[in-house]
Amino acid sequence: MSDHAALLQVENLSLAFGGVKALQGVSFNVEAGELFSIIGPNGAGKTSMLNCISGRYHPQVGEIRFRGGEITQLKPNQRCNLGIGRTFQNLALFNHMSVLDNIMVGRHHLLKNNFLTGGLYWLTGARREELEHRRQVEEIIDFLEITHIRKAQAGTLSYGLRKRVELARAVALKPDLILLDEPMAGMNHEEKEDMARYIIDLNEEWGMTVVMIEHDMGVVMDLSHRVMVLDFGKRIAEGLPDEILDNELVKKAYLGEEDDALAEDVAAGEVA
Amino acid sequence: MSLGSSMRPCGDFRTTYASDMTIFATPVTRYLAIAFIIALLFVPLFGSPYMLNLMIQIGYYGIAALGLNLVVGFTGQISLGHSAFFGFGAFASAWLNNAFGVPVFFAIPLAGCLTMLIGLFVGIPAGRIKGLYLAIATLASQFILEDFFARANWFTGGSAGAMAEYLTIFGYTFDTDQSYFYVVLFYVVLMFTFTSNLIRSRDGRALIAVRDHYLSAEIMGINLTWYRVMSFGLSALYAGIGGALFGHYLGFVSVEGFTIILSIQFLAMIIIGGLGSIYGTILGVIFMVLLPEVMEWSVHLFSASMPELIQSLAYIKEMAIGLAIILFLIFEPEGLAHRWQRIKTYWKLYPFSY
Repeated sequence: MSDHAALLQVENLSLAFGGVKALQGVSFNVEAGELFSIIGPNGAGKTSMLNCISGRYHPQVGEIRFRGGEITQLKPNQRCNLGIGRTFQNLALFNHMSVLDNIMVGRHHLLKNNFLTGGLYWLTGARREELEHRRQVEEIIDFLEITHIRKAQAGTLSYGLRKRVELARAVALKPDLILLDEPMAGMNHEEKEDMARYIIDLNEEWGMTVVMIEHDMGVVMDLSHRVMVLDFGKRIAEGLPDEILDNELVKKAYLGEEDDALAEDVAAGEVA
Repeated sequence: MSLGSSMRPCGDFRTTYASDMTIFATPVTRYLAIAFIIALLFVPLFGSPYMLNLMIQIGYYGIAALGLNLVVGFTGQISLGHSAFFGFGAFASAWLNNAFGVPVFFAIPLAGCLTMLIGLFVGIPAGRIKGLYLAIATLASQFILEDFFARANWFTGGSAGAMAEYLTIFGYTFDTDQSYFYVVLFYVVLMFTFTSNLIRSRDGRALIAVRDHYLSAEIMGINLTWYRVMSFGLSALYAGIGGALFGHYLGFVSVEGFTIILSIQFLAMIIIGGLGSIYGTILGVIFMVLLPEVMEWSVHLFSASMPELIQSLAYIKEMAIGLAIILFLIFEPEGLAHRWQRIKTYWKLYPFSY
């Protein structure tokens, strides 16, 4: 791994479902320690991009490198071992488990006990190991302020809390790169503020590199170090939040075109 | 129940994580369970052979049903071939003992391991297919194994069946209901404790995660194929040990016993007891073992007024099992374990409902 290689490198990524081209030749880099946002209108391919990085989809063309090593064809669980964690847009908790167990599942790849040593619990050190990880998981529970619900069944919680538990579970993976798919969707103002604080803390104090998809522009522009904009599977812009706000192509993607002449002007003139 | 509330008695404060990760919810329930097991130790002293026979049945079926619950209740996969594993365990233990002279003491766990290998092999399709398709695949394994039992003379004695020696330790032979009760009790306590530990450690959580949301389980670093196949292997291990205990209890293992009917009965046990519940498993087994007996008692009760009932006893037993499954699916699909939980909650919160 060279000193200059970015933590995550995505190169010329294309993904198609039959005739639908979800992603077309998208490239970007995420540096270690960055808080990187992907935005775009509905159907732009943001979640497909995240699914490619986390391994649920395998792109037809292109390469994904993590810490310099290629991971394009690895299975999701192998990527998790390398240090990539994620949350889902539509909740994907283990609904019949307690919040605590949900988060403990996140420790799966860090725990060593198996079905035999786990079954013998007291004799094999599994108990000690579980206790040690329980202690670390409690730190995450403390940090995300979900102590009062740690024993509640995940499926019975409110939407905002479930989102937070999902974040806790992803944090429990101890990832270097955490992918957040719309962490604030469907939340009220207060919950959004909390979530924004958690994300900043994760990035700055816990040292995680964050790749986030979010629709709330206020949040994206305030939190992100850099922003990439996707539209119809293509990267139309990338840069600092302020640059993105002023970008005509981005405005066009979100607000629509007023007339063709203007659009051509914009395309010819403003975008490099 | 409100958010995060548990049915913990007030004043029960946990000061260590260890005290929050125990198998039993409170020390009182733990002592009660231990007291119950100790009480069971005295049952052979005064229990009738009939009663002991029923309890031994509950024991070996309970171990096998627990295995099925691991694969169906905890991992969320369907298995219709469980009785074939049960039979394989019975034959394997008898075969190890007869053909190689392995003492029965070692043959029982070894038979469990052999059955586990078969289970892992049969479970391979589970790595790729789910639901109804998996049901058909396991059904196929049931029939293949049944056919194998009938033809493999070297292994099962074919249609003649296999003799299974009684368990002997240091010259003492466990050939009575009274003594064999302790053997079964030992294995029941062992396997249920093992499972309770499994469920509260890494791999148990992984199995439940695969059941609840396999896509996010994979993102959490869980190897889906391995856990799906392994849950079949584990379930076969339990069935194999249960079957071996069954074989050495009866002293004779015959091919006819391990049909699809028994597989369905195992499924009925865990559905009635509670899918994904360890103590529910044993409740379901008790229910299913006692149901035919209760039917028999009641038929004899009514036989004075309706003597023709006796002739249809066999059918009445079968129908009662079917009826019980249907009634449970309608009125208590989460099983006896859930019902027990509701009763406890009711009394704890009485006279309020919240």
